[in-house]
Amino acid sequence: MKAVALALLLALTSVLALAGAPKPVIRIENPGQCIAPAAEMRKNHMEMLKHQRDRTLRQGIRGEAASLNECINCHAGKTSGTVTGQDGFCQQCHSYVAVKLDCWDCHQPKAGNQHAATGVKP
Amino acid sequence: MSAPQNRINNPSRRNFIAATAVGAASLGAVALAPGLHLIEVSQASAPSAGASSKVRWGMLIDTTKCASGCDECVQACNTENGINETVQDARQGSQWIRKIDLKDPQSGRQHSLPMMCQHCEKPPCVDVCPTGASMKRADGIVLVDRHICIGCRYCMMACPYKARSFVHQPLTEQNPQVPRGMGCVESCTFCVQRVDRGLKPACVEACPEGAMTFGDLNDPNSDIARRLANEASTQVRADLKLGLGVRYQGI
Repeated sequence: MKAVALALLLALTSVLALAGAPKPVIRIENPGQCIAPAAEMRKNHMEMLKHQRDRTLRQGIRGEAASLNECINCHAGKTSGTVTGQDGFCQQCHSYVAVKLDCWDCHQPKAGNQHAATGVKP
Repeated sequence: MSAPQNRINNPSRRNFIAATAVGAASLGAVALAPGLHLIEVSQASAPSAGASSKVRWGMLIDTTKCASGCDECVQACNTENGINETVQDARQGSQWIRKIDLKDPQSGRQHSLPMMCQHCEKPPCVDVCPTGASMKRADGIVLVDRHICIGCRYCMMACPYKARSFVHQPLTEQNPQVPRGMGCVESCTFCVQRVDRGLKPACVEACPEGAMTFGDLNDPNSDIARRLANEASTQVRADLKLGLGVRYQGI
């Protein structure tokens, strides 16, 4: 009897462990072609952005395909206008994998040109 | 400590990355090897060539035209670069450019001038930076790489022109082209985001007196180079022999 109870308990915990945290809900609000297939973007977007940022800042190379501003322009929520926040495109996955995002400490997470060089709070 | 700097400054790695990126742009989609893909470019426009060492950006400021009490250049800088935060202590506010009024006590002559990063050829801020965040582009523009700035403020101490500021508080509503945030040092960038698009810095465009001239010091046909060749100009603290990109007249 004890063995059966133990087996049941083990089975139950393993099922729970498999279930894990709820998967992130990824909403693409502006469907279109990304600069690379989704699988590659998921795996390598950080590398793309990191190398691009160094080339842009240090060598002055502008207009590359990988660009944080271009990420935002496509992936910002239509209603929220941003990639951050609870349902934000970036935030969803980064919360799931527990990787802190500090891009937005300096970069503007909102889409569109309405923030271009206004110098005042919208 | 030297690892990130070496990685960034390693020219062969850089050139490889840049070359492969250009290759990707021309070929469309590239797979170098299984698992090693390069970017498929959906946007057709090719990236720009980047800063060239053939160019040396500089500025000539005619202080005889600069009116005391006018701060149009400061306002334009703040607008362009999104410097709009309210600071608790006024001494902590960011100043990428500031107006200075000078008076000769002997003659009583007064004049006014804007002071900002002088974009030195041999910048002390770059010398002292422990992480390699302070850097000079090939075209002479001195910048802070905020990605690796640790906010030690050593460069602020080293700068003879008090040109740099430290951001003390969290910021929002930045210009997308001008990221800035808490914990990093910042200073005048010659509006690098505009210069790379072929525009002049915001202060130069805003000056109502036309007292500021911006251009390529290396191009003998440029307005600024012609004037420097024919008119007297001064480098502030020329004794330091830093090779300034910003020159003044009438001081």
